[in-house]
Amino acid sequence: MDGAEAPILNAKDFKSDYKPVWCPGCGDYSVLSSITKALAELGVRREDTAIISGIGCSSRIPAYTSVYGFHGVHGRSLALATGLKLARPELTVLATGGDGDGFSIGGNHFMHACRRNVDITYIVMDNQVYGMTKGQASPTTHPDWEGSKLTPHGTGINPFQPLAVALAAGANFIARGFSGDPNGVAKLIVEAVQHPGFSFVQILSPCVTFRPEQRDWKSMHRQAAVEATSDPSRAGKRLMSDDGMNMGVLYVGQRPVPASPERPRATLQDIERSFVI
Amino acid sequence: MPLNVSVALTGAGGAGVVTAGQILLEAAAVARLYGIMARSSGPQIRGGESAAFVRLGRHPVNNLGNAFDIHIAFDWLNVERFAAEIPLDTHSVVVYDPSAGNVPEVIHHSGARLIEVPLKDITKEVPGGRVNMVGLGALATLLDLPEGTMAATLEKVLGRKGAEALAASKAAVAAGRAAAKEIGAVRHFPTAGSDDGGDRWSITGNAAAGMGAVRGGVRFVAAYPITPATEVLEWLAPNLEKLGGTLAQAEDELASINMAIGGSFGGVPSLTATSGPGLALMMESIGLAVASEVPVVIVDVQRGGPSTGIPTKSEQSDLNIAVYGLHGDAPHIVTAANSVSDCLFTTQWTVHLAEKLQTAAIVLSDQSLGQTRAIVDRPADAGFTAARKLYDGTEAYRRYALTESGVSPMAVPGQAGGEYVADGLEHKPLGTPSSQTEDHQAQLDKRARKLVLHEFGDHWAEIEGEGEVAVVTWGSSTGPSREAIAMAAADGMKVRLVSLRLLAPVQTRPFAEALDGVSKVLVVEQSHSRQFYHYLRAHFDLPDTVRVFNQPGPLPIRPNQVYFNLREWR
Repeated sequence: MDGAEAPILNAKDFKSDYKPVWCPGCGDYSVLSSITKALAELGVRREDTAIISGIGCSSRIPAYTSVYGFHGVHGRSLALATGLKLARPELTVLATGGDGDGFSIGGNHFMHACRRNVDITYIVMDNQVYGMTKGQASPTTHPDWEGSKLTPHGTGINPFQPLAVALAAGANFIARGFSGDPNGVAKLIVEAVQHPGFSFVQILSPCVTFRPEQRDWKSMHRQAAVEATSDPSRAGKRLMSDDGMNMGVLYVGQRPVPASPERPRATLQDIERSFVI
Repeated sequence: MPLNVSVALTGAGGAGVVTAGQILLEAAAVARLYGIMARSSGPQIRGGESAAFVRLGRHPVNNLGNAFDIHIAFDWLNVERFAAEIPLDTHSVVVYDPSAGNVPEVIHHSGARLIEVPLKDITKEVPGGRVNMVGLGALATLLDLPEGTMAATLEKVLGRKGAEALAASKAAVAAGRAAAKEIGAVRHFPTAGSDDGGDRWSITGNAAAGMGAVRGGVRFVAAYPITPATEVLEWLAPNLEKLGGTLAQAEDELASINMAIGGSFGGVPSLTATSGPGLALMMESIGLAVASEVPVVIVDVQRGGPSTGIPTKSEQSDLNIAVYGLHGDAPHIVTAANSVSDCLFTTQWTVHLAEKLQTAAIVLSDQSLGQTRAIVDRPADAGFTAARKLYDGTEAYRRYALTESGVSPMAVPGQAGGEYVADGLEHKPLGTPSSQTEDHQAQLDKRARKLVLHEFGDHWAEIEGEGEVAVVTWGSSTGPSREAIAMAAADGMKVRLVSLRLLAPVQTRPFAEALDGVSKVLVVEQSHSRQFYHYLRAHFDLPDTVRVFNQPGPLPIRPNQVYFNLREWR
């Protein structure tokens, strides 16, 4: 660009013309719109932005945008995104995916990405089901859901609490949104990207095919009655006691972000000298 | 004058055998000799028994030889555990402290000459003296090591510890030297050969791999510790920082390989290092690098397997997983370092290849190379660096365009007009997913073609000598094979050495040319299931007469094991 004024891009400039594989009515359509709206709002350039994903319905998102993207293997989006951001700190890096990708197969990376606090934004479209493999229970599925052939009596296991885990693991920004409120979600994403460090945004995004009852989320979700806190113990109390339907920014941390690489201060010849006898 | 001399030092963890071994190796460097030092220890994290194996020579040393000339035992703690690693014969000399108790059966049986030196009692007479320094002094007499060389070495190694410590060490060495005077020299310290005065390096294979990586242009490394690869990463951490690069410690190997792929997607040549268990975890994502055509280098410092196996000891048994471990048809690069020093060249070359061909590349090293310290000639910079073909912005961008060479220009984030999605899903030239037959065929062809069409040059193998008999080997088995061939030459046998550095893609024609006129092949490898032999059988034409000398780890292959096999054909 050579210092030339960057053109102002609107949301549709961040969409590709590739047609999503999603079912009609899927919440992910709205989330895609929220992401492109947020990128326009942030004023980033397409070439300086990357969206990294793993495997699953929502992990298809990079191809539906016009920025750089990486559609990697199942569960490893945060590791790819972390490597990219550490190697190229000047880029805006988002990771996207679903609850199975992020909290089950990728659960360890989720914890450590929170801990590491690299300046990336992680957007999880949570529909409490594995959609791409046709409807199995995910880590956030309630224990008595009997809709899967794999667990006909329900899982009997309490759901994973992603926001509480994120807080405990050290995430620097924690928010929850509902895909049915695309403007609200776009706003959350803008704040998440702007906040330094690891930002986690859980978006309830209904799977109308395997979890049609999630259409009810429309009437169940509510704006959190309290302002975001930067006190982890207060945030923890709220997150452990909420019913998963409180929307908004729930925690804003102040943790320092890992330093970027320094300018070279040695040449290869300098390095070699340590070997010379 | 002997060309080589070898010494094994064993003792309890506190005895300082490794320090004594390092000083001996340093003395060789001061005398402009070459040498290696390997070490072995029990399973304890700290303490326990340990051993240092040193071999010095006029010419570059690339294996520990057959039997040790001298074994100095500070005590007999668990010596049985090391016995197999310390071959002794009737020419060997064992120095031991009578206060350590009875000489173990296994030592008696070797037929070695036994010499008592009361190392502990002598140490007591030297204020501030340590038993390892007394032992080193005794060794100096037994090896006829010039006093000036030893004095210069002690100054160099211990000088920074202060005058008092240096004086105490010198006194201890002098006391040891005097105590062994009656015995006199049992071996002669080799003398230096002709010398161009060039720089000599003291380096381990793991540090050499790190240096090769940065010479090749690697500036991002993701790391998860694992024995015996950790030192590659620990060497890189501070040095990358000095070079303006970054090393990140990952939460596991699944993360480290993906972080490396992420860094490389960002345009920064990237690498990770691991050992067998970690490589097994990385396999799925190495396939991602192949499918998405993102260059990445994985250094695998092999250890005894399968499973946790023998973490601290060497084996060449990751060949199968490195060459065949990816699911799907996934052409990639596998290279192998054949000496401590070659860990540098091979890693550097591999970085170049991965970047040039935009694929995953595995460098096979092993514990015996990685954790051995060697005095070597400065490895020349072969000039291989990361040179990725980049998108020039002139045409509408198609990341996976079907080019003649199979290599398509790569756009890097930050570059306007190059925005694309790297994908592990099969894709169209644009990068959009496709499950169509013709796209799969075209992309499979493309990814295969770029490796097949590349000219790898002479570095694919080390080929030495002539003759109708050839030793075909790879990796750390190359050193003992080379020495065995020299032994056979002394008998008047002409034997060729063919040591493969490039294991994948297979170099069918160059291999056939290398074996032109060969009627008998001896395959040498350190694996139980003959992985390398089966690899050769699968890919190459071999002459009718093929012998295999294979043994699993942890014992290193000795030159005479190879030599005895060759002698059958005399």
